[in-house]
Amino acid sequence: MARITQIHVNGKRRAIDADAEATLLSVLRDQLGLTGTKFGCGEGECRACTVLLDGKPVHSCLTPVGEAAGKKITTIEGLAQDGRLHPVQQAFLDAEALQCGYCTSGMIMTAVVLLREHPDPNEKTIREFMQGNICRCGVYPRIVEAVRRAGAVIKQSHA
Amino acid sequence: MSKRHIPETLIEPERYELAEALFHHFELDRRNFFKLAGGGVAVFLLLPSGLAQESGGRRSRFQEPLPQNIGAWLHIGETGAVTVYTGKVEMGQNIRTSLTQAVAEELHVKVEAIRLVMGDTDLTPFDMGTFGSRTTPTMNKQLRRVAAMARDLLIGLAAKRWSLDATLLFAADGKVREHSGSRTVEYAELAQGQTLARAMVGNDTLAPASEWTVAGTPLRKVNGRAFVTGEHQFPSDIRRPGMMFGKMVRPSAFGATLASLDASKAQAMPGVTVVHDGDFVGVVAPGEFEAKRAAEAIQVQWKTTQQPSSAELFEYLKTHAEPGGRGEYEAGSMKDGLAAARHRLKATYTIAYIQHAPLEPRAAVAEWNNGKLTVWTGSQRPFGVQGQLQEAFHLSKNNVRVILPDTGGAYGGKHTGEAAIEAARLARAAAKPVKLVWTREEEFTWAYFRPAGVIEISSGISSAGLLTAWEFHNYNSGASAIRTPYDVPNQHIQFHPVQAPLRQGSYRALAATANHFARESHMDELAHRAKMDPLEFRLKNLKNQRLKFAFTAAADVFRWKDRKASKGHGFGIGGGVEKGGYVGTCVEVEVDHGEVRVVRVTTAFDCGAVVNPNGLQNQIVGANIMGLGGALFEAIQFEDGRITNGTFTQYRVPRFSDVPEIQPVLIDHKDQPSAGAGETPICGLAPAIGNAIFNATGKRLRSMPMVPNGLKKA
Repeated sequence: MARITQIHVNGKRRAIDADAEATLLSVLRDQLGLTGTKFGCGEGECRACTVLLDGKPVHSCLTPVGEAAGKKITTIEGLAQDGRLHPVQQAFLDAEALQCGYCTSGMIMTAVVLLREHPDPNEKTIREFMQGNICRCGVYPRIVEAVRRAGAVIKQSHA
Repeated sequence: MSKRHIPETLIEPERYELAEALFHHFELDRRNFFKLAGGGVAVFLLLPSGLAQESGGRRSRFQEPLPQNIGAWLHIGETGAVTVYTGKVEMGQNIRTSLTQAVAEELHVKVEAIRLVMGDTDLTPFDMGTFGSRTTPTMNKQLRRVAAMARDLLIGLAAKRWSLDATLLFAADGKVREHSGSRTVEYAELAQGQTLARAMVGNDTLAPASEWTVAGTPLRKVNGRAFVTGEHQFPSDIRRPGMMFGKMVRPSAFGATLASLDASKAQAMPGVTVVHDGDFVGVVAPGEFEAKRAAEAIQVQWKTTQQPSSAELFEYLKTHAEPGGRGEYEAGSMKDGLAAARHRLKATYTIAYIQHAPLEPRAAVAEWNNGKLTVWTGSQRPFGVQGQLQEAFHLSKNNVRVILPDTGGAYGGKHTGEAAIEAARLARAAAKPVKLVWTREEEFTWAYFRPAGVIEISSGISSAGLLTAWEFHNYNSGASAIRTPYDVPNQHIQFHPVQAPLRQGSYRALAATANHFARESHMDELAHRAKMDPLEFRLKNLKNQRLKFAFTAAADVFRWKDRKASKGHGFGIGGGVEKGGYVGTCVEVEVDHGEVRVVRVTTAFDCGAVVNPNGLQNQIVGANIMGLGGALFEAIQFEDGRITNGTFTQYRVPRFSDVPEIQPVLIDHKDQPSAGAGETPICGLAPAIGNAIFNATGKRLRSMPMVPNGLKKA
């Protein structure tokens, strides 16, 4: 059984000791204490576990840690810089686009990618891109609003 | 060949060991309390005995009189920090925020100065649980009262300090001030060097809703930042030094018992402990991956028994009902009512089993220290879980602490402590802290379900469109909101409990969704018989002014009068009264090639004086979106004791593409007591959708979910 002893998370090399087949999610949460990434279903249907691998969103609950080794992993904990929230985080907070907050990390990580690929998304684009993310509290309309606001802020900062 | 291990200890309660320690008696415990909380001023709210059954006092397992019935306590530390202790729990309904507002309002301190300690059996007063929309009508008032008592106590301390009459002073901005004169003193200064504790029933004046300045405002979630950064620790996020990971080996079907077990392969794995205790089989391992692998290595066979299937569900409910049923209400004579009717109508409605599917599954971390058990878990009933742990491990109350971190959704689905008991059993065997997080399949199978039901209605209306007779029988789904809010002289209403085929329990609004679906669908059918506008028909048969207003407010904002139905495009209305809240919902649907799309929803909701319009909007919108799943497509399927669609791939829940435009209309009745808001707004949606589908297609759908596979073409 291959062991993985190091991964690259949020700009840092971190020592781990895990079977290559163990899920990236369990290593992040249980070995590195990065519990902001959540377990929701284990079947790739809710996206609560979304992290970025070299900038691409993946279901960390289905990704063996062996596949993540050597790649740059970004989790929700890696978005804020020097205590300053990422515009998507700030927009979720401002729009209060959360109730229980359990889906929030996955929503934010997905929205970060969405806005990179579609800097000025309309409602339809947002809904379609976020379709794989489940929120059981039903905050969807506010999440759409938050993504739009964040998009406007990011666009302005690039102007 | 089976290789049975000798059970380490039986999980059987030994009743004689359940003797409970005395509940904290703060006259005696004062020194300990201040040792824990630090110096300062503390106020304990004593409750009249009626209220203590719900919140406060201790669980009276032996029906003994309670030494003291404490609803809540509040501590002002020497730095001016305010800590409030309540047994309620936060699971997304945002009561941490609304309760903080209540305290800020009466204590006259900034929201940021207040911290709520919630749902910790060692630290907070007993509470029956966070359910039934009871937090706002009870705990909100209790916290306002305890805050008002603390405020008046601080005013009294200042009065003493300045040798003035307390009536010459008032509180504002965390200070006591003189009405005339410039003297002020901070709460922090008054609390310094004190260990002053007061326990009172409290008759201090509470600010009326019309004068609220903090309560009633759209305050944001008080700890919202911790959720967008991922810092907040949900129950499943708790980590303890030396913590191991548990995994259960589940029976192959409901009602199955263990036939044989061979755990030798799992036991040979490094660091793995196998726990086998009767039908309880689980493993503990150093990591989640290792635990899963060990559990899969256990060879196990189960003896199954015959179990009912969802295909025969509604017939089963009718044939397994307790004889006679439970009379809920009787008025006049059904015979006379039907005889007087111009139109008579009989119809049957069915409601499927559904799952709460909170995004955070059941989870617990259990830790044993010198015979004392501490469990972090997600539940709506921390003290209930404490009791279950006491029973399972025959421990005294003092030896079980249950801590409820703010939880990832519950919706009525987390009243029980399964994961807590399992984690505790595994942790005891492993002699290390153990985390157990249920898989989605476990959550879909071994949690409980919202009860399925069959509802039969027989009714009559006069030629003038007035209800003359109303007979209503609910099999299994429950009695919440079973009574009609409409005026009918002749009524016969019964609930029929059933020996249920699945484990069932609470759900958002309980049976009110089922009963409203049946009643409001039936009202629509009657309106069509009477050739009346469905809104007019309702208003004509209704005396309840607040419900009339909710219907009218929803219709006005929705522009009900301007609606124009066409083929494949329809409008519907539904609503009712439940738990002190009044709801009216209008819906617009589109039906295209059998696909039903809800286009627009307007829900007007009156829950008395609004405590937080921001949170209330979220609750109204969220209830409608959750309700949309049960209305249109959610249904648990089962066969031979197995759930056959227990994954998010197979069990469809509402997603972004399902969400209509939703307009919440907040009716702020400042002169009415604040009622809970998490449940009742769900009630009008399902019937309004069904009525709109009828309007669009002429097809009357009498089963929830209405279109699990799309609308079959007529």
